[in-house]
Amino acid sequence: MNTRQQSKIIYSWYGKPMSSDRKLRTSRYKGILITSERSRTETCIQLGNFILVEGENADQPFVAQLLDLYEDGGQQKHAVVQWFSHITEIPPNKRKLLKREVSPQEVFFDQVSGYDTDIAVETIIKSVMVIPLHLGEELPITLNKEQSFYVKQSWDGKCFKALSPDTFSKLKEANKKGGGISNSFIPLDITSPRKKERESVVRSATKPKNVELEIESKHSASKSSLAKERHSQRVANGMRTPTARKKLQLNSPTRSSKGRLLGCEVLELLDDDCDAVAPLEPSATKRKVKFTGILGSPPKMPCANDKPKSMFDTAEHWQTFSDTIRLSPYSKVKDSSEKAKNLNRKYDIICSVGHQELGSQSPVLTPRSRRICVQRTSALIAEQISVLNTLELNQEEDFLSSSDSSYSSSSEEEDDDVLCTPEKKTKSSRMLSTPKSSRRSSVHTPAKTLKKTPLPGTPKTPRNATPEIPRRNHEAQKPVSILEEARLRLHVSAIPECLPCREEEFQDIYNFVESKLIDGTGGCMYISGVPGTGKTATVREVIRCLQQAAENDDLPSFQFVEINGMKLTDPHQAYVQILELLTGQKVTATHAAVLLAKLFNTPGPKRKTAVLVVDELDLLWTRKQNVMYNLFDWPTQKHSKLIILAIANTMDLPERIMMNRVASRLNRLNTEILLQTCRVYFQVAALSGDARRCLDICRRATEICEFASQKRTPEIVRMAHVTEAIDEMFSSPYINAIRNASLHEQIFLKAILAEFRRAGVEEATVQQVYHQHVALCRIEGMQSPTISEIMAICSRLGACRLLLVESSNKYLHMRVRLNISQDDVMYALKEE
Amino acid sequence: MSKRKSKESSGANGECISQVQKILRERFCHRCATGKLFGIEHQYRHLLELLKRTIVHGESNSALIIGPRGSGKTALLNHVLKELTEMKQVRENLLEVHLNGLLQTNDKVALKEITRQLHLENVVGDKVFGSFAENLAFLLEALRKGDRTSSCPVLFILDEFDLFVHHKNQTLLYNLFDISQSAQTPVTVIGLTCRQDILELLEKRVKSRFSHRQIYLTNSFDFKQYIRIFKEQLSLPAGFPDESFAQKWNKNVQHLSEDKTVQDMLQNLFRHTKDLRSLHSLLMLAVSNVTVHHPLITASDLHEASKQSRMDSKANIVHGLSVLEICLIIAMKHLNDVYEGEPFNFQMVYNEFQKFIQRKAHCMYNFEKPVVMKAFEHLLQLELVRPIERPSVRAQREYLLMKLLLDNNQIMDALQAYPNCPTDVKQWAASSLSWL
Repeated sequence: MNTRQQSKIIYSWYGKPMSSDRKLRTSRYKGILITSERSRTETCIQLGNFILVEGENADQPFVAQLLDLYEDGGQQKHAVVQWFSHITEIPPNKRKLLKREVSPQEVFFDQVSGYDTDIAVETIIKSVMVIPLHLGEELPITLNKEQSFYVKQSWDGKCFKALSPDTFSKLKEANKKGGGISNSFIPLDITSPRKKERESVVRSATKPKNVELEIESKHSASKSSLAKERHSQRVANGMRTPTARKKLQLNSPTRSSKGRLLGCEVLELLDDDCDAVAPLEPSATKRKVKFTGILGSPPKMPCANDKPKSMFDTAEHWQTFSDTIRLSPYSKVKDSSEKAKNLNRKYDIICSVGHQELGSQSPVLTPRSRRICVQRTSALIAEQISVLNTLELNQEEDFLSSSDSSYSSSSEEEDDDVLCTPEKKTKSSRMLSTPKSSRRSSVHTPAKTLKKTPLPGTPKTPRNATPEIPRRNHEAQKPVSILEEARLRLHVSAIPECLPCREEEFQDIYNFVESKLIDGTGGCMYISGVPGTGKTATVREVIRCLQQAAENDDLPSFQFVEINGMKLTDPHQAYVQILELLTGQKVTATHAAVLLAKLFNTPGPKRKTAVLVVDELDLLWTRKQNVMYNLFDWPTQKHSKLIILAIANTMDLPERIMMNRVASRLNRLNTEILLQTCRVYFQVAALSGDARRCLDICRRATEICEFASQKRTPEIVRMAHVTEAIDEMFSSPYINAIRNASLHEQIFLKAILAEFRRAGVEEATVQQVYHQHVALCRIEGMQSPTISEIMAICSRLGACRLLLVESSNKYLHMRVRLNISQDDVMYALKEE
Repeated sequence: MSKRKSKESSGANGECISQVQKILRERFCHRCATGKLFGIEHQYRHLLELLKRTIVHGESNSALIIGPRGSGKTALLNHVLKELTEMKQVRENLLEVHLNGLLQTNDKVALKEITRQLHLENVVGDKVFGSFAENLAFLLEALRKGDRTSSCPVLFILDEFDLFVHHKNQTLLYNLFDISQSAQTPVTVIGLTCRQDILELLEKRVKSRFSHRQIYLTNSFDFKQYIRIFKEQLSLPAGFPDESFAQKWNKNVQHLSEDKTVQDMLQNLFRHTKDLRSLHSLLMLAVSNVTVHHPLITASDLHEASKQSRMDSKANIVHGLSVLEICLIIAMKHLNDVYEGEPFNFQMVYNEFQKFIQRKAHCMYNFEKPVVMKAFEHLLQLELVRPIERPSVRAQREYLLMKLLLDNNQIMDALQAYPNCPTDVKQWAASSLSWL
């Protein structure tokens, strides 16, 4: 790519403008000439040709078909393309849908609606061949592997399909012609704002014949009526759940957007089924009618029959099912994995319904919203609180019996087991618990890590295999006693599923990121709070929810990148890490900065929005502040599609550290995270507001309890144990250290006090203290120590930091100071 | 009578004696974790449970063992590890990484060492880590990949923990503690330090990630226990080859511990320091006296050893000085008295010395100035005198400001013991006004 940049390349139009729009001052062309000065070659690319387009990764140019070329009012040359996807561009979790090996030469006809098809002409590299093949066919062997690609299937973001014969023939034709302008591919009008663009396509007289265009038009149609839909849905939601708060209705846009996508898909499927090119009426409204017709169709789908596990057979669940069916007019999709996911979703919703019924049981939790994740969070809070309440209230009952519903949930039962239990009554309460228990157990099972580690959409280039810590030879023991179980739960690492007292911050962050994602713009947010208040946990939870939403196609998919200032050796390494996580390239820091700047400053086609979480931001401080400046500058760029969530401890970081130019770029949306002292925390909150500390204390308390109860029967954790744990963690070690010091060490401390009193200065030389020491020894009638011994005493006390001492080469003239208050020393020595 | 007896068996005991020396020396030099632990059973249980949970359940943890030097921090840990490795399940399931703040002086070195000890370098083949950043990313990646149930737990032991605190940004500590608080490879971080204020040194975000488990070790035993420790440290183990000798030896040790003078001597040591290492070094000196002809330790051996170990180092040096040098020291002492510890230079010392010579010309040879200067420089080399500023090229040697590193008491004590000291000098030392 670099060589390309170095040698000058000139892009010029081929031929006269075919047509021009005077109003918009655009003119369209049928081809473009690429002239390279260095090699003195000239290539002509015409409409319908296949081309390579510069990607974010230099080694991986995108493949596309040129559909249109035009020059806008600002003399900018644009091209409209039909994308093809490499296998690496397809999210790793979807690749397995293919169920076959894919050669690097194979590409997929891209029908993902999210990508921008309007690119700058300057990003075109060269022309290539793309040959359509039937699914069974072997790839023919060709000599110039870099020049030709093969396409067998299409990819629409969810599943792979065989090419429709229409597309197939068109591709073939385009290839054969080598530049013939196929009329059917040009329908896109050239109005500049993208949203309008497609709408006008629909209105334009061209008859959209191929599937892809229909989808696009539909897509835009539904998008145009997005606001309306949103509104109506909101109303509907409000009607249905009077308890839901207004601010928590952020689900509605996502839901509608999902509905939109689904609508498209259903139509597309219909098209596919008929295999007929049904010309659609051009009016958008009419299409919408059709769309809603499908949406509104009664929940007749008896898809439960062919679902892998038909669990929803009780009438009660059918009811809820039909209630929430609006969310998923999906079930016609033949893909089974999709269905399974769908199933999960419904199931979650049911759970939340069940949870609402439960509301009366545990008064702490108030069902506030229908948002699934919030729902879950609050359920978890409730559980946590009740578990800890039992800790606190000293209830005599056993853990199990005291918190029947909340605790039993934690038992490691499989989902299926729970679902299959026939009793209706316990079901509702158990239902509530299951999503959590499944996620709880996912701490042990690799399921979660599987879900988490592959960043959706990041093409993982094969790299040197990173090493692993060896596997253990014996299985980790499952917790046996109730206390062990509780301890496991109280471990700090086990927390991310539950964020008590963080709902508002969660909502703020979620809304922020979601809105930016939907808009496709960039932005940054600064999150501050003292350590252990759950900044990172909240952000992670937000990302998790967003990822889930994206997986369910409620949101445009995005790339998630996390860096941590503490995990970098140098602030500039941030560039390297970001670039590596985004594109998989490994370069030096300076080069990475250049590449990233290019990435975010130029309009990247096909690029997803990136959500970048910068933890421990204050460590990225450099004297020139260029790292921070860049981090906050990129999101403000027009094409960046970058959302930054910066996390740091210091509340006033923007004012204190950042210079004006940096601070001005930071969208001051300070989410101050303040710990609310809920019942659980009040004990520790008096000492520190750190949630980690609280959990550690509780964990230690269970240990102490276990330790104490080894001889007797198992006991529950009492307040006494918690107090002991707190004492253990927060008691000052100095007093104890002084009391256990040797006699002469104590006399030395006394001598220091005496010398301080005599001189009136809180600093003395060893020589002065020595004289006091000798005097004290005489009073006590003891043998006085030699200077060497005094020096030894002094250095011992200095090593413990009871004293602060100078370097010992000054010998007698070494100055000594107390590291604790004189009162403490006196108090500690008086007891003897 | 006992002497005769010992002489009788002396020939046969040659082997025995070397055995005794070997066993006791190993014990005193802390070569292995065989010695018993005293008065820290509670801490022992705590640490053992903690590590067991890490290994058996894969629970991540972090803890600090804090106690003054010689209080048995490392011994405690070694004992726990020894007991753990005796369990089969543990032995095969634990990776240990030992770091020492004195060796791994920065994070870069520490990371290399961790990689080496985890045998991760094998995985990379002969690829040498390009940079510190790569190494960190590599290691974090490796640790992140694991999870609680399937990965082998890693035990990080950071000796001289306080030195790791001074590494830049405390990156290593942050990352270790962060791993221990997240659902990655199970990791337990144990820090050993003697600093009581260690928690104040941790940066707040590092501190927040630390679990605040502190195991305090204090030498909380009293003198009776100290005597018992003395006995146990000196006794021969049950499995000693020559049983009769072992019995004799142990009986002798029992006698020693009941001896009044030995008890006094031990009491004195106990008052000075509860550090068991000083007891060990004392016993080491005593045990060194044991030979074939002198097979049992006597009270006088112990007294001799005690005297040796209690000796004042600087006063010892004074014993070996010439009369001229002693005179210079006395002159400095007077200057100190007159000017209340203000620094002096050679010229002042020389003048003071000259005054003395003039008064007592009959008994002291009047040395020339260069000779006195030479003597003065000798004192400088012995570090009995110390310049308060670095000698520069411009400043004349005679006028460099100095301070005396001896206390008056030390000088007087040394003079008392100095052989053949002229009486005039002694008198002069006692008082600068003695000529009156």
